[in-house]
Amino acid sequence: MNKVIEVLIEALEIENKEVKLTDNFKEYPEWDSLSRLSLIALMDEAFEIQIDDDTFKKIDSVEKLIAEVELRMTK
Amino acid sequence: MATLSFNNIGALGLCAAVPRNKIDNLKHTQNFSSKDVAEVVSKIGVEERRFAPEGMCASDLCYAAAEKLIADLNIDKSEIDLIVFVSQTTDFRMPATSILLQDKLKLGKQTAAFDIGLGCSGFVYGMSIVYSLVNSGGFKNALLLNGETRSRVYSQKDRKTAFLFGDAGTAVMISKHEKFGKSTFDLNSDGSLGDLIKMDHGGYRNPTTPDSLTEKVVDEYGNIRSGEHGYMNGPEVFNFVIREIPRSIKSLMKQTENDESKIDFFIFHQANTFMNNYLAEKMKLPKEKCPSNIRDFGNTSSVSIPLAIATELGDKLNGSKTLFLSGFGVGMSWANAIVSFQDCKISPLVEI
Repeated sequence: MNKVIEVLIEALEIENKEVKLTDNFKEYPEWDSLSRLSLIALMDEAFEIQIDDDTFKKIDSVEKLIAEVELRMTK
Repeated sequence: MATLSFNNIGALGLCAAVPRNKIDNLKHTQNFSSKDVAEVVSKIGVEERRFAPEGMCASDLCYAAAEKLIADLNIDKSEIDLIVFVSQTTDFRMPATSILLQDKLKLGKQTAAFDIGLGCSGFVYGMSIVYSLVNSGGFKNALLLNGETRSRVYSQKDRKTAFLFGDAGTAVMISKHEKFGKSTFDLNSDGSLGDLIKMDHGGYRNPTTPDSLTEKVVDEYGNIRSGEHGYMNGPEVFNFVIREIPRSIKSLMKQTENDESKIDFFIFHQANTFMNNYLAEKMKLPKEKCPSNIRDFGNTSSVSIPLAIATELGDKLNGSKTLFLSGFGVGMSWANAIVSFQDCKISPLVEI
């Protein structure tokens, strides 16, 4: 599984959910402002990156999140 | 790089005061459901806070702490010649609260008094300024007071801040003595991030209007506040902390040729349990070296570092100790220090 998806699953505590690339994870019932904080910590731990709030607000699918992480890791 | 070092300056004693009035966060459900509150409380780790009752100001908490400290240290008030009050919840717009405290504490008119308007970085900044002045030789004993009534700054209908903040005041007596070792301070700021934690109205840029006092729904979560409530962009603050604080801590450790084994305790600004735990984990610091009182007092802004020293290190500061202090927040402003403590007398917590 893609590492970003693993991180997302851990942040949202949705181990039993099937996560599709096209899903807008912000529409999952488990998503809230608290899971956003978990995601920040886990992203930093796993990839040593931070995604600023303005960029993050525009991310509306799992694949866009993966693309953003990859972009930031290559910088 | 704003770095300052001092020898032979230190804290003779420290005292903290809190309001008696306890807020049980899990029962603080007048605006949100018990389930929502329980989720927030579990994340931020704040179970209780103290709220100053109406009419009690930050300066009253500092006054109580200062009187107790002066009595416990048995210092003659005529020997105190500097009083600095760090706060963003002052008594009045003018005059400076420190000057009113000079009179209330019955200190002599030869006392220098001024306020510092910083938040979460304010204890470390305040210490560095007082150390500088005491180091100049012109002062005998200096009172550094940190006081906040943050309970009045934030809306209780905005879940991003409603469960986090509490009220407290502390007093530290700083003096010159050869028993104190070396202390080093590192001061930073980034005003481009000024809107991460902010109160938009009520100052001179955006003066008070009927509209600025009107509570409104401000986001998709239904949070409610007015223009004269503070607000906080939690995720962006967290990003900032992860990015800047470990780097600045490592840099000061390297510059002073320190490593974790030489530091007895790391006292971080008590922001919230989730952030502080992550920070300690990221820095690979042993948990027992990072005491916390977030559970009992929440985030008290610039008071949180000395309050944590008072409540968590009361009996652990005998003899010679080296503390790493790190304050970060509103501004954004952040400051670190490696401070030599020598037989610092910690007074019991005062409740008023």
